[in-house]
Amino acid sequence: MSGTSMNWVLALPEIALSVCGMGILLVGVLQRRDTFRFCSMLTVGAFLLAAVLVISTGQGVGYRGLFTDDAFSAFVKLLVLAAAALGVVVSLDYNEHANLRRFEFPVLVLFSTVGMMLMASANNLMTLYMGVELMSLSIYVLAAFARDELRSSEAGLKYFVLGALASGLLLYGISLVYGFSGGMGFTELAKALADPAHVSPGLVVGIVFVVAGLAFKISAVPFHMWTPDVYEGAPTPVTAFMGTAPKVAAMALLVRVMAAPFGHLLGEWQQLIVLVSVASMLLGSLAAIGQRNIKRLMAYSSIGHMGYALIGLAAGTQAGIRGVLVYLVTYVFMNIGTFALILAMRRRGRMVEGIADLSGLARRDPAMALGLAVFMFSMAGIPPFSGFWGKYFIFTAAVQQGMWALAVIGVLTSVIGAFYYIRIIKVMYFDTEGEAFEARPASLSFVAAAGGIFTTFFFVFPAPLVAAAELAAKALFR
Amino acid sequence: MPMRGMIMPGTAMGGTTDMLAVGLFHYLFVGALLLVLGIFGIFLNRKNVIVILMSIELILLAVNINLVAFSAALGDLVGQVMAMFVLTVAAAEAAIGLAIVVIYFRNRGSIEVEDVTLMKG
Repeated sequence: MSGTSMNWVLALPEIALSVCGMGILLVGVLQRRDTFRFCSMLTVGAFLLAAVLVISTGQGVGYRGLFTDDAFSAFVKLLVLAAAALGVVVSLDYNEHANLRRFEFPVLVLFSTVGMMLMASANNLMTLYMGVELMSLSIYVLAAFARDELRSSEAGLKYFVLGALASGLLLYGISLVYGFSGGMGFTELAKALADPAHVSPGLVVGIVFVVAGLAFKISAVPFHMWTPDVYEGAPTPVTAFMGTAPKVAAMALLVRVMAAPFGHLLGEWQQLIVLVSVASMLLGSLAAIGQRNIKRLMAYSSIGHMGYALIGLAAGTQAGIRGVLVYLVTYVFMNIGTFALILAMRRRGRMVEGIADLSGLARRDPAMALGLAVFMFSMAGIPPFSGFWGKYFIFTAAVQQGMWALAVIGVLTSVIGAFYYIRIIKVMYFDTEGEAFEARPASLSFVAAAGGIFTTFFFVFPAPLVAAAELAAKALFR
Repeated sequence: MPMRGMIMPGTAMGGTTDMLAVGLFHYLFVGALLLVLGIFGIFLNRKNVIVILMSIELILLAVNINLVAFSAALGDLVGQVMAMFVLTVAAAEAAIGLAIVVIYFRNRGSIEVEDVTLMKG
């Protein structure tokens, strides 16, 4: 059990992935020729290997309680690995055109993925912090990856400054939690806080700081200011990556921290999460209406989506957590698919990002217009698509807890949000025809098709995914 | 290990303890002060990005003071181990921050905070 044994085998996926990362770095450095494509393929291979190891390693607590492997961490790790692998595939073509053909790109993605896997398995505030930093430090560099471009370096600078501030707040919260409860392990914290006599105001302040730090990473409302700028400025494949895998990992970490060590303090943090959730949903749906740039629009859309996912956490039940996990899966696939199609918006060798550039797309490229339409309908939450089912599980969990107001606000904001999603469809299908885009590379078509098929046909076989999410949520409520 | 709950540098120097006992609260106060200074340094600073990097270091040091003070007060080493990790991460963060500032300077020709306004959000 927890405490005495090292049990390092549990961390085998992370160890193997880091070793692969260092190996790929060596390959890239030692080869004289251009190894970007080769290193990207190796990275995707490393992700597959890690996924196999995640499935085959057992469950338990390792490193004397610092690290845990359960159904929840396995679920999150597989989702993160899938998102990161799709993110690397999406970057292949863009980076070659934008003269970012450098092998460090997939290596940085790989190391930030190792950080995310650590976050999923964190069972101690120390592990949590190291995971968050490993993820963030790699993404700061990725955001500024187009180093000859002012926009990208400005995005990197902004993300770095605000991200470092958020890590500082998170860390300050950790120090307060440690001081006022006397421990850093999730298991011991949960045990100590089961007794209400141990709850002091200092501890509650610490929890607020921890929530603030993690809310920054998922770009929930009071800490969302960086999102539109960084999404717009960073190279588009980096935006695609940033919008999927790190969001999943940070949300999963927030869920674990709230449910495992602070689970007995539901009354203390529930109001906080409700507030953040409502504010995110409102801002996500209202601020996106005036946007002309599709990357900025996706930024506001992701703020809104995180607000919906937080409803499940605010419910604080097993059904709520299951809803969060299902929502995250649907979110990842529709987001990466949308970004694959945004990456295909290229004219005469240059990327275009305006929503107006999509006008009349349905006549020029029916397949691409259909794909985007599917993703937009899904994000708006229109029934047969997966986005609807994610929202359905979240809202029913909230209603079961009697949180009617929250569910009603959620439904209302998704109706407002539907306006700007459906406007994109209107631009594609009913506006005058614009200039054609360049031919789509196979890698983008593949990712968009994978996302589209998942999004469209999720309702046919939802059972395996929902059952896995149920199992994962149960692991947090042992 | 220092005394539980109280750290008294007065005794170490041979002075009397009842005159000036520096307790956990004093350390926490300094930590909170540094944190506030760091946050204000980031948001009120209108001049230079380097000052922002210094403010970030200030925040991390505030946390370290907190961690070490708590660790001494609780008689538990975990806080000091964490402080070591924080120091290491702070070094990595400073390296990456400076690198980003350098590429920004190359593109923009200035590191004035007021010039970081290409995208308005």
